[in-house]
Amino acid sequence: MIANQIANPYLPAPAQVLAIQPQTGVDYTFRLATDIEPAWGQFVEISLPGVGEAPISVSDAGPGYIELTIRRVGKVTTALHQLKPGDTVYLRGPYGSGFPRDEFAGHQLVVAAGGTGVAPVKGLINYYAGHPGELAGLNLLLGFKTPADILFRTDIERWQGLFPTILTVDQGQAGWLGKVGLVTEFVKEIPLKNDARIIVVGPPLMIKFTVAEFIKCQIKPEQIWVSLERRMHCGLGKCGHCKINDVYVCLEGPVFNYSRARDLVD
Amino acid sequence: MGYKLTPAGLAALLDELVTSRRVFGPVRYAGKGRLAGTDLITYGPVKGLADVVWDARTTFSPKEVFFPVKESLFYFSHGEITESALKASEILETVVFLRACDLNAVTRLDKIFLENGPAADNYYARRRQHTHFVLMECQESFPGCFCVSMGTNRATGHQAALRPEGGYYLLQALAEPWLSLGERYGQPADVEPVWVQKNSLTVKVPDRVDTSLFQHELWREYSSRCIACGRCTLSCPTCSCFSVQDIFYRDNPERGERRRVWASCQIDGFTDMAGGHKVREDRGERMRFKVLHKIDDFRRRFGINMCVGCGRCEEVCPEYISFARCVNTLSQLMNGGAGA
Repeated sequence: MIANQIANPYLPAPAQVLAIQPQTGVDYTFRLATDIEPAWGQFVEISLPGVGEAPISVSDAGPGYIELTIRRVGKVTTALHQLKPGDTVYLRGPYGSGFPRDEFAGHQLVVAAGGTGVAPVKGLINYYAGHPGELAGLNLLLGFKTPADILFRTDIERWQGLFPTILTVDQGQAGWLGKVGLVTEFVKEIPLKNDARIIVVGPPLMIKFTVAEFIKCQIKPEQIWVSLERRMHCGLGKCGHCKINDVYVCLEGPVFNYSRARDLVD
Repeated sequence: MGYKLTPAGLAALLDELVTSRRVFGPVRYAGKGRLAGTDLITYGPVKGLADVVWDARTTFSPKEVFFPVKESLFYFSHGEITESALKASEILETVVFLRACDLNAVTRLDKIFLENGPAADNYYARRRQHTHFVLMECQESFPGCFCVSMGTNRATGHQAALRPEGGYYLLQALAEPWLSLGERYGQPADVEPVWVQKNSLTVKVPDRVDTSLFQHELWREYSSRCIACGRCTLSCPTCSCFSVQDIFYRDNPERGERRRVWASCQIDGFTDMAGGHKVREDRGERMRFKVLHKIDDFRRRFGINMCVGCGRCEEVCPEYISFARCVNTLSQLMNGGAGA
């Protein structure tokens, strides 16, 4: 226990903003120059000195960069939305568990995602778009509040050409010709194989009721993975804010098999 | 090695010790107690033997010696980040006089800060590595203590153990500098530490707590009684939660710092996320979260209970909420009883 030999795990590294792409009025995708190589579903802590730090899941990554899709809802995210390409942010991570690629290989995979929940699975979907042979089929079920809230439009258009994709909004608008209704209403429209693997990501209530729909369709809890949202404040299993029962969401999560997640009671 | 010291001998020993080390122990702040006309007994710097309070439990625990209430992590200045440095006085070897329960509590804090997660907490480690312990032996326990139930009436990891007895002080020296100090200031003697064998309060920790009990009505009592003041967690020797906040200096917005401060699962805002989502809004749910962390969750993760039975949380609670009674009720419920 020699502290001056211990690296400082709280110390963030500077990262340059390469590009900022607005997805909606309140969701921007930031491309940041970094060597961080996250697994699907992991998150980073992004900060602006003097403002604060926030846990954000990685929406995509490539050589020398990661992308974070950030909704303007709080103090840090509001400050991030003021930035311009060339500005500097600070990063540490990646943290947490990701989605288990080995568990999906050779199986039908269904990704049900709501709102900003699409961000942590975007990289995964794009990977399978390039490696469709690794799965016995990929089905997408994507939901947003209104047509104006749809994220990753160009990606979704491409996915629609590659995989059976259900895109729905909770409330339609004039000119919207697509589906209207909650994600939960469309689960039964997906032809499910007995051994299908399911990913459910989104707001807490969406996760709860969507998982329930899959279980009604004879899917076992062990076949389902969810990503939980908690206040992952330090990302290091120290600060205690994200703890549920004996689990630290920042360490063992945010991705959990549902057979584990169902026993986590706040 | 054991030594017998006269009060004058121990006083001289401490006078030498404080010339080269920082020494902390239970000290009395006259008139600073919570109620009019009472003293506050808490951890503070010890300058000599007269400062050390032997006959009372401290309101707060010794953890703040190496886990300060507020700590700067780093400073920002014009795009540069500089890690905070300890003052010269803070890297002196530090000696803490504490009880067996509190020494056991240090091993709980070590689990979180040094072992949990992918990396050790360097801010904790840099103070902790210079901190050494002298056990103040309890011959009998204070009201509300239940260390025997928690198995924390005995301790290890200290450099020396000390107790007043028969007008003398008996010192068991286990490491330097205590061996040579004992040699110089005392007479060799057979000294075996004494441990509290029995508390007036017995707590039965349930072997397991089913999640079915999470919705039990026993928690509802706390929904109305608890006022979410957080005293129980701030006085707890094992509570380790903190929040990180950034500030910038009002007279120079280009400069600022990131700091951490103690946080409490009992206080509003602990789980707040951007966008407004929060969990455990009900205070009964927070009580359940805290109690199960102390006697179930932590043990499942690290193999030992977090609670060390010091009794402080109950003593400081303005609503007289008894942690011990809650745990005993849980045990009865797990054994099929109706609860207290």
